[in-house]
Amino acid sequence: MLNYTFHRLLLMAPVLFGVTVVVFLVISLIPGDPAHAILGTFATPENVKELNAALGLDKPLPEQYVIWIGHVLTGDFGRSYVLHRPVIVEIGDRLFPTLLLAGTALVLSSVFGILFGIIAAVRQNGWQDKLITVTVLIGISTPSFWLGILLIFWFGVRLAWLPVGGMVDLFGDGGFADLVRHLILPSFALAAVAGAVLVRLTRGSMLEVLRQDYIRTARAKGLSERSVIYKHAFRNAFINVIPVLGIEAGFVLGGAVYIETVFQWPGIGRMLVQAISTRDILLVQGGVLIIAVAYVFINLVTDLAQSVLDPRIRRK
Amino acid sequence: MTILIDKLETPDVAPAGMSGRPGALRRLTQNPVVAFGLAILAVIVVIVLLAPFLPLADPSVTDVVDRLQKPFSNGHLLGTDQLGRDMLSRLIWGTRVSLAVGLTAALAAALVGSTTGILAAFYGGTVDMLLMRVIDVLMAFPYLLLALAIVAALGPGLINAMVAIIVVNIPFFARTVRGATLSLVNTEFMAAARLSGSSNVGLVLFELLPNVMPTIVITVSTTVGWMILETAGLSFLGLGAQPPLADLGGMLGNGRNLIEVAPHVATIPGLVILLLAIGINLVGDGLRDVLDPRLKAGGVARTHPATATAPVNRRKGRLTSRRRESDSLIAARGLKVDFTIGRDVYHAVGGVDFAIRPGEAVGIVGESGSGKTVTALSILRLVATPPGQIVEGEILYREEDLLDAPLNRLQQIRGNRIAYVFQDPLTTLNPLIKVGEQIAESMRRHQGLPRAEAMQRAVKLMESVSIANAAARASAYPHELSGGQRQRISIAMALANDPEVIIADEPTTALDVTTQAQILKLLNELRRDRGAALVFISHDVGVIAELCDFVHVMYGGRIVESGSVADVFGGPRHPYTRRLLACVPLLGRPDRPIKPILGLPPATNALPPGCAFAPRCAMAHAECRQGEIEPVFVGADHWARCTRIGEMAA
Repeated sequence: MLNYTFHRLLLMAPVLFGVTVVVFLVISLIPGDPAHAILGTFATPENVKELNAALGLDKPLPEQYVIWIGHVLTGDFGRSYVLHRPVIVEIGDRLFPTLLLAGTALVLSSVFGILFGIIAAVRQNGWQDKLITVTVLIGISTPSFWLGILLIFWFGVRLAWLPVGGMVDLFGDGGFADLVRHLILPSFALAAVAGAVLVRLTRGSMLEVLRQDYIRTARAKGLSERSVIYKHAFRNAFINVIPVLGIEAGFVLGGAVYIETVFQWPGIGRMLVQAISTRDILLVQGGVLIIAVAYVFINLVTDLAQSVLDPRIRRK
Repeated sequence: MTILIDKLETPDVAPAGMSGRPGALRRLTQNPVVAFGLAILAVIVVIVLLAPFLPLADPSVTDVVDRLQKPFSNGHLLGTDQLGRDMLSRLIWGTRVSLAVGLTAALAAALVGSTTGILAAFYGGTVDMLLMRVIDVLMAFPYLLLALAIVAALGPGLINAMVAIIVVNIPFFARTVRGATLSLVNTEFMAAARLSGSSNVGLVLFELLPNVMPTIVITVSTTVGWMILETAGLSFLGLGAQPPLADLGGMLGNGRNLIEVAPHVATIPGLVILLLAIGINLVGDGLRDVLDPRLKAGGVARTHPATATAPVNRRKGRLTSRRRESDSLIAARGLKVDFTIGRDVYHAVGGVDFAIRPGEAVGIVGESGSGKTVTALSILRLVATPPGQIVEGEILYREEDLLDAPLNRLQQIRGNRIAYVFQDPLTTLNPLIKVGEQIAESMRRHQGLPRAEAMQRAVKLMESVSIANAAARASAYPHELSGGQRQRISIAMALANDPEVIIADEPTTALDVTTQAQILKLLNELRRDRGAALVFISHDVGVIAELCDFVHVMYGGRIVESGSVADVFGGPRHPYTRRLLACVPLLGRPDRPIKPILGLPPATNALPPGCAFAPRCAMAHAECRQGEIEPVFVGADHWARCTRIGEMAA
């Protein structure tokens, strides 16, 4: 197990390196001159040159990368010239709300996605299966931002049951109950589409496993169907579902961009959208990098989880 | 989507995915679900294409007086937005933009991604390694986030948003297509094409491309919906289409802040995106089912907990008693099992009678496909449904018809009074559960033993099947044991509740020869010690002769000869039994020629009338090819189904 973990960590290094290179390149290759962007149209050529030198932009790209990555590793992501504060501080404020929202959505979509997937498989072609299949089709075809708007309209405006935005400070006066009330609609909107994908996958995986020889063996032993399905079949089906949970994590982290915008949630997603429209490049760079690195680690965790649950992988 | 369908009709795509399955396109359009999807898309596409000719208001003409009109209001079927622009017109023109952008993105991503994937797989080595590392890195980003970074770099705008969506979809195509190509690169037909002097370009274009085309088409059909959603998403965020140009996402984003005063401005474009995506997904699923049945969206059929049986009156309609059953533990009477696959019905078992008395060892011998395994599985209704169904007969366990028994009664008997040992212990043991637990759970279930005691007994059972170091091995997983040890575990599992009958279905076929002998010896000793009856299924005449008291010879789903081992193998009365015995080499008789049976066993979906063996039988005459061949008794317990049994006297 330790060996396997070490092996996985080694494999992760080049991917992390690649991720930083991509983030660096995307921003460096921006057409136009950042110095111009910062100084405005009335800058003199001398001013631009001065600033370029100050920013290290007159050096060759590899050297720029080394300098940049050195700063990043020490937590220096530069300053947002729109917000006039260090990028790392802004991200620090925004990270937890995003992780809370995405995490809640991931848990919701996993629990319900897997549960309904099992029900659909076990009741294949029954009314439960048909209902779930139709719901799933609608789910995967629904734009999450539109679902968010509909939720705001019905539950926020028409019924006025739940707040539709205005979450400014997660640890403000409202306390925990207020946080939960603000979390319900956005996390549901974010979870719905991800959960639909998972229902399909779990259902397919369960059906596949239920045809295996060892399921016949379990039935030949006279075990109850409950035991056949949950102990013998589900464990095996779940192994196939775990890697997808990693992909789902990426999905909710990305989808959070829409949902945070719709519900005005103070997270990284909304920050990124605002930063892109104000051309606040360093903020975009920092935000994308942090989320991408988090995602690489999430995938590592799902890999390790799979190896814990599947003794066949552990041995390799 | 129409573009994709057209592609399928061109002959160069057909050979790979659809060869041997003519009418794939027809099956696609005949599926009502797919037809529904196609209908949705067709309506949308037609309207959108006709947009310039429809009597629509100019989508960008503003009219502040008429702003935020409700749907069905004067002159505006879907109302107006906050600038008084006609919603219907904007919607149709917006859908046009969204569709064009989504399709272009899908085709571009498919082109670049597939090319990357094919080249990586075709050249292999360093090229493959480098390309795939780049793909790995791109895939390390959450999908939408990479798109955002690219838009951030290029600046907001519809084309830039499209480029971003293309880039983030390329890795997916590259990986999928590379996988499909890799499985082809080393196949024989590629080697043949290489030897025939095709150039690399020729190989890729004329050999590989047509064969990976179905994969590409499937991937396009499953991603194009996403791409439309994601480009709409970027526009929604204000990063895609810029005013006055509006796609569906842009309209949605525009209506977002008006949700309290004019909900239709945001809801209607979303509804169109939803419809579009539903249509695409329905057609995509159908396409995948047709091109790659393994990935069927409906999933493979679930197996039922017990084989389905026909209604009682139909099932028992034609039963006649044939063999003395008074003291039997298990008796099968007139057992018929059908497998329905597509339009074909395979009569896997076509009327089988046999009885098993306490402590007796009964062998069932026959070639693959003769119905012996299905017969054995039918006893406790373990034949997979679908596709199997027991259509006729009864299975009596101590006078109780198991085919009438409810599931919970079957579960009481399964693994308790009647237990199975299956063929391949690697696939029949659960890979994720420790072997000790797999034995113990059966005792907990039937004897109600507490956990610890059941485990102790499991270890004892493992010792009794000669597994060294049983206590430690009990916490091993199946893959950690050898084939022989795994089969010992299966036997221990079967013995767990001291059953009256053990049904062993080719228990040694998957094992090497020395292990086979050990397992057979063990099985035989154990069942004698415990006084259990044994049903032993094998294609190996020698093993049956050694192990069993009685033998049934099966052919084409029927028992063709039955009797004691001494009678049947000493004086076979059915030509098939004779030929079967002639195939067996005898130790110490190298002079005896081995005569294989010419021809193939019959397909059970097209059995000939009369004797199924007649087409391969040298003695067959007209009488053998019609009607039911009744069994003829040549001794108290010995009979054969042969019209020329008189000429077959031993």
